[in-house]
Amino acid sequence: MPKTNTYTLSFIALIFILIICFFMNIGLGSVSIPIQAVFKSFIGTLDHESWSYIIQDYRLPKAITAILVGSGLGISGLLMQTLFRNPLAGPFVLGISSGASLGVALVILGSGIFGGMFASLLISKWSVVIAASLGSFLVLLAVLVVSSRVRDTMAILIIGLMFGSITAAIVSVLSYFSSAEQLQQYIFWGFGSLGNLSWNELFIFLIVYCFGMLLSILSIKGLNTLLLGENYAKSLGLNIKKSRFVIILATSLLAGTITAFAGPIAFIGLAIPHITRQVFNTSNHKILLPAVFLFGAIIMLICDSIAQLPTSDYTLPINAITSLIGAPVVIWLLVRKRKMIF
Amino acid sequence: MAHTNQHIILKTEQLSIGYKSKKVPTIIASNIQIELQKGELIGLVGANGIGKSTLLRTLTNVQESLKGNIYIHNKLLSNYTSEELAKSMSLVLTEPIASKNLSVFELVALGRHPYTNWVGNLNTKDMESIHQALSLTNIETLKHKKCFELSDGQLQKVLIARALAQDTDLIILDEPTTHLDMYHKAYILKLLQKLVKETNKTILFSSHEIDLAIQLCDKMIVMTQETVITDAPCNLISKGVFNSLFPEDLIVFNKHTGSFRVKK
Repeated sequence: MPKTNTYTLSFIALIFILIICFFMNIGLGSVSIPIQAVFKSFIGTLDHESWSYIIQDYRLPKAITAILVGSGLGISGLLMQTLFRNPLAGPFVLGISSGASLGVALVILGSGIFGGMFASLLISKWSVVIAASLGSFLVLLAVLVVSSRVRDTMAILIIGLMFGSITAAIVSVLSYFSSAEQLQQYIFWGFGSLGNLSWNELFIFLIVYCFGMLLSILSIKGLNTLLLGENYAKSLGLNIKKSRFVIILATSLLAGTITAFAGPIAFIGLAIPHITRQVFNTSNHKILLPAVFLFGAIIMLICDSIAQLPTSDYTLPINAITSLIGAPVVIWLLVRKRKMIF
Repeated sequence: MAHTNQHIILKTEQLSIGYKSKKVPTIIASNIQIELQKGELIGLVGANGIGKSTLLRTLTNVQESLKGNIYIHNKLLSNYTSEELAKSMSLVLTEPIASKNLSVFELVALGRHPYTNWVGNLNTKDMESIHQALSLTNIETLKHKKCFELSDGQLQKVLIARALAQDTDLIILDEPTTHLDMYHKAYILKLLQKLVKETNKTILFSSHEIDLAIQLCDKMIVMTQETVITDAPCNLISKGVFNSLFPEDLIVFNKHTGSFRVKK
């Protein structure tokens, strides 16, 4: 579209902000590291051993995770909002996070039922990741099977919500029979965390993320056509079932791995597409997709920097910060513009 | 024979329409014979619930026919892939578009979907078609407006422009005049007549504006309880077809004025 060029300036500004936020995020934390030192550590000339250790083994993977989590959740939220033509849709409407929660709940809370000997074996970092992936994958599979049978997209939305209710119910039954320590551990997982990923884990995360991202990019044309409604899209030769499958698969891959590695991060997926639409004022996914990527990454980096409570020893749950920062921003944008863009 | 066939855009043979539910199919109309030529404006009229929408849904391959064949450009409709069909037939539906945040230009540009590449980039040929569609429908000034800023009449023109940009020989509109005032009803139908003349496309629309359709259409398809008749409006009037369109207790058709009058 010809108007694309007018967005170039905004994109350059956003990329610039992203880079600043990225370095700021690495520099801030319980130990403040000056920006110059962060630069030096990247080119390998930093001679401060503990700083370089903190940056390379902790802060850099955390910052990259924040970028992947923010952009991935934002984009899956965008895909869901367009597919379901519903501004309230987010990455978790299909029940992906509840599936992951169920998997994690079974491992953490259920380990008591399997007996004390298994418990220590089961509750390792990887078992939580695998349980979350399996849980979200199973829910995704159920949703995909249903979506190939159901003609109405809205039915999938309801079915996703029903899956969520079922898993929530099972989780409450499990927690009723669990010990306090197990419950605490489960609740801590639910807070979300960006900082626990090793480089190996990050590598696996990145591969799945890229695959989900690729599917999202391939869906751009279909998403734009879906803005007219399904019947018009069909009359334009779009294969609805196939596009729907690809869009749901992309969302599941993105939201599923993010939940597996970082926990159920609230709010970002729902709010980022709205913030982006308010700023860019377009529905064209060719613009929205990269813009949501940038906004998601920037806001997640800022939220994480705040959650670290710079120069203090405490770290707040990232889940609380995303909502505390994000919700007022969306309210402010909607009140200021007085209209909802969708 | 082959020579005349070249101008037939849409043809049905012994078509039966209705719904297949469980074992017993519900037949809504049967033995429908329609032949639409290139460059014709055709109005589809009939009482509420008679099956106009079902007929249009069947012709546009949204639902299956119960019996008989539909040909588009002498090729069976069921043999078309969805991409091929999108290049032969474009639609204007009654349902509202999902996102009113699209600009007029973006909406019309989406009509180029069957021709654009994987990411939907527009080349010069696409831009030409879009601008032609905008100028044919007189909405160039609205180009940068968002759809939620438009009146119903303007939006209808935009949707027609989108169908034009799709560059098909056949355009089918489902009740394009609903929600419009008297002036805009006439305006939209007159616009369709102009488009048929200027682009030599075939345009089929369903409507409740029987008196307007009689004045503007080349051909009309009249659906009654008993039959589906296709003919030129004046022939339909002399055959007295419109008298059987509605129950005669309230309104009667006046042959001379070509319109319905309330019984006194």
